Amino acid sequence: MTEPLPGPEPDPPLPPGTRSRTARGLTAAAAEGRFALQVCADCATVIYPPRDACPRCLSPRLPFKEVPSGGVLLAATTIHASTDAYFRDRLPWRIGTVQLDSGPTILAHLHRELREGERVRMALKLDKSGSAVAFALPATETPDMTEDPQWRELTADPKQRGVLVTDGRGAVGQAVAAALSEAEASRVLVGIADQAKPFGGEAALRRTARVEIVPLDLTDAGSVATLAGAIGSEVDIIVNTAEHVRAGGIIEPESMVLARAAMDIRYFGLMRLAQAFAPVLRARSAASGNPAAAFVNLLSVYALTSWPAYGAFAATEAACLSATQALRAALRPAGIKVVSVFSGPLETEAFHHLPPPKVAPAALARATVDALRRGLEDVFVGDVAEDIRARLAVNPKALERELE
Amino acid sequence: MARIAASARRQAYDGVVATAPVTIPYRRYSTNTAHWWIGRAVREVLTRTGLTRTDIDGLSVSSFTLGPDSAIGLTQHLGLSPRWLDTVPLGGASGVVALRRAARAVQCGDAERVLCVAGDTNHVDSFRRTLASFSRFAQDAAYPYGAGGPNAGFALITRHYMQRYGATREDFGTICVAQRQNALRFPHALMKQPLTLEDYLAARPIADPLHLFDCVMPCAGAEAFLICREDAARALNLPAARILATIERHNAFPDDPIQDRGGWALDVGELYAMAGIGPDQVDFLETYDDYPVIAMMQIEDLGFCGKGEAPAFIRSHTLTVDGSFPHNTSGGQLSVGQAGAAGGYLGLVEALRQLTGAALGAAVREARIGLVSGFGMITYDRGLASGAVLLAGLNA
Repeated sequence: MTEPLPGPEPDPPLPPGTRSRTARGLTAAAAEGRFALQVCADCATVIYPPRDACPRCLSPRLPFKEVPSGGVLLAATTIHASTDAYFRDRLPWRIGTVQLDSGPTILAHLHRELREGERVRMALKLDKSGSAVAFALPATETPDMTEDPQWRELTADPKQRGVLVTDGRGAVGQAVAAALSEAEASRVLVGIADQAKPFGGEAALRRTARVEIVPLDLTDAGSVATLAGAIGSEVDIIVNTAEHVRAGGIIEPESMVLARAAMDIRYFGLMRLAQAFAPVLRARSAASGNPAAAFVNLLSVYALTSWPAYGAFAATEAACLSATQALRAALRPAGIKVVSVFSGPLETEAFHHLPPPKVAPAALARATVDALRRGLEDVFVGDVAEDIRARLAVNPKALERELE
Repeated sequence: MARIAASARRQAYDGVVATAPVTIPYRRYSTNTAHWWIGRAVREVLTRTGLTRTDIDGLSVSSFTLGPDSAIGLTQHLGLSPRWLDTVPLGGASGVVALRRAARAVQCGDAERVLCVAGDTNHVDSFRRTLASFSRFAQDAAYPYGAGGPNAGFALITRHYMQRYGATREDFGTICVAQRQNALRFPHALMKQPLTLEDYLAARPIADPLHLFDCVMPCAGAEAFLICREDAARALNLPAARILATIERHNAFPDDPIQDRGGWALDVGELYAMAGIGPDQVDFLETYDDYPVIAMMQIEDLGFCGKGEAPAFIRSHTLTVDGSFPHNTSGGQLSVGQAGAAGGYLGLVEALRQLTGAALGAAVREARIGLVSGFGMITYDRGLASGAVLLAGLNA
C-alpha cells in the first residue's frame, strides 16, 4: 500500500482581493499609510469609490491626493453571515457607513469601540489580500485601540509576537532589537555570526529584556536552514538588518570583490532567509492567536536609483528591492506582509565621512516598529529618503543627472 | 442640480396592453441553466396565447446567469427571429422597464408582439460568484467589507431608517408576516410554513438589524408576459391589462449620504397625473421587497403616506390580500423566493393575474387598478434603478 505524499499545508483563505486598476490608487496610498482619495483636478470634488470620470463635471483628471480623514459614522452593522470563507472564519464582523467631512460616503471596517453618530478617523489599510480597505477608528486615541481584532487583521504589531533580527553585530540591528523589546515582542531572537568574535554593543544587547542571541550566518545556507529548523516555529516576524556598505563605483578594479561580498550578504543572504523561513512562515500563517505576520527588509533608498559614488552598493540594494518584491508575491497567498523600509545614509561607521542629514539607527528602528504597528508596506525614513522619493516621482531622469 | 422640466406632452400608452402572465414555479437550487428556465417561460407564453414562434417579433430579456450569452444568443438558442430585441439588466426594476420599453415599441409599430421574459438559475455557488463580481463599485468598495452582499448594504440602510424615522423590527415583521399569509394561499411560493411575528423576531441575525425573515431566499425560476395591441389581445381572447402610466429613474438623489428614498419620489407626481388618478384609487400594491425597509420606502415615495410615515401607515392597515391595503399579494419575494432577475417580474406578473381575474392564490376583491413598483441594482451602497407602472384591467 502506498502512503499519500504529504502535501504542503493549504494556504488560509484571504479576503476578496480583486480591484479595478483605478482602485489601486488606494493600494498605493495604503502601502505608505496615507489617506488619499481621488480629487477632481477640475472641480475639486472628492470622489469615492474610485472612478474614471468625475460625477460632478466628467473630468478624467482624477489624481489621488491626501484628504482630511475625519467623518461621522452614519450606520453600523454586525455581519453574522458571509459568502466569503475568510470572513466566515472571523464572524461576527462589523462594518459601517461613514460620511467623510470631505464629502463622499465610504463603507468601512469598524473599530469595535465605535458607535453610530460618533466622529471617526479614517485610515486606508492593506488587508491580507494586499489590497486597500478603509478602516474607521475612534477620532481620538483610546487606551487599547490597537487590540481591536479587526484592526489586528490589518497590522503586524510586534507586541506578543516572536521576532528574528537577522544581524545584531551592527548599530542598526542592535537598535532594532532594542525597539522591538520596548514594543513588547514576546521574544527578540538576534542573529550573530561567529559568536566567539566580540563586537561593539554586545553587552548592552545581551542585557536587553527578551533578547536572545542565536547563531546565524547569512552567508551560509546551512546556518540559516539550521536556525529555521530550530526556531522557525516561534518566529512571527523577521527583520533583515544585514548591512554591507562600501563607497565606490563599479569600474574600480577592487569593486568586483566588494560587490561579490555585498551581494553574498545582502542579496544572497536575503534569498537564503527567504528559502529557509518563507515556507515556515507560510505554514504558520493560518495559526490562531498571533499568526506569522511580516518580513521586513531594511533597504537603502538608493535601491530606487543609483548613487554613483556608491554604485556597487546601490546595485546590491536594487537587487535586494527586487527580491523583496518577489518575496512579497510569494508570501501573499499566506497573507504575510513584506515591508520595505528605505533610508538614506545612516549615522553609522560606514557613512562616517558623509555630512548630515543622516538617519540615527534608533530612528530607523522606531520607523520599523511603527511600520509593523500600522501595517505599512513601503516606508521612507529621514529627509534624504523622503527627498529622493519625491524627486523620483517628479522626474527620475533629472534625479539621475543630479546624483552623478 | 439642473432639473429637467417634466414633459407635459408625454404620450399615453393608449391601445397597448400587457397579457399572458406566466410563472415557471421556482426551485431553491437548479442544475438547469438560465436558458432552460427562460425557454420554458417562452414556451408557456406561446401555449397560453396560441401564438407560434414566428408570431413573436419582439423579445426583451433579463437575466444575471445567462452568461456568456446575452439576448442575441438566446434568439438562436430558442429559434426566434424578432425584429426588435432588448436586454434589461436592471435587476428588480427589470419588469417595469421591460414593459414600458416594449409598450412604446408596440405602440409605434416597431413590433407587434413583444415577449418579455426574465429568468435565472441558482446553482449551489452561483449566488456568491454573482456577488463578488456584481459591479465595479461592489468589487472595489463593498464586497471586501465582510462580503455580506446586499444583506450588509441593506442592514445599514435599514439601521439608518430605523434611527431616523422610528421604525421598529415589529413594523418590518408586520410586512413579512402579512406576505407570508398571502404566500400560504399562492401555490408557487417556496415558503410554505406559517410565520408569526414571534417567529420573525426570534430568527437568527444575518446582519443587524436584519434577521433571517428580512432576507429573500435566492432561487431559480422564470416569469414572462406579452405586450401587444389591445385589439390583438381581444382577437386572441386574452384577458389583459391597460398601461395607465409608467415611470423610471436611475441614480436618483446621489447626494443623499445614505438611502432613505428612491427615484419614485422624483416622478410620482407625473405617474398619477398621466394616469389621471390618485393613490386612493389604487386597489393593490406590488412593491419590490428584497428587504421590508425598501417596501416601506415605496409606500412613502409612491404617495400612500408621507416620508417617514410608513411605520405608522403599516400599524394602521392590514397588508394581506383581503386587508385594508393589499400588498404583495402572492407573498412577494420574501415568501415566494428571489429568482434573480425574475424577482423584478414577480410583482408585475402577479398584478396582471389579479387584474385579469386569474389569481393563482387569493384574489383581491374588485381589483381594478394595481400599482407595481420595481427597484434594483445595489452596485455600491444603494439601489440605483427604480420604476413603477399603474395597470388597469381591460374592463375597469
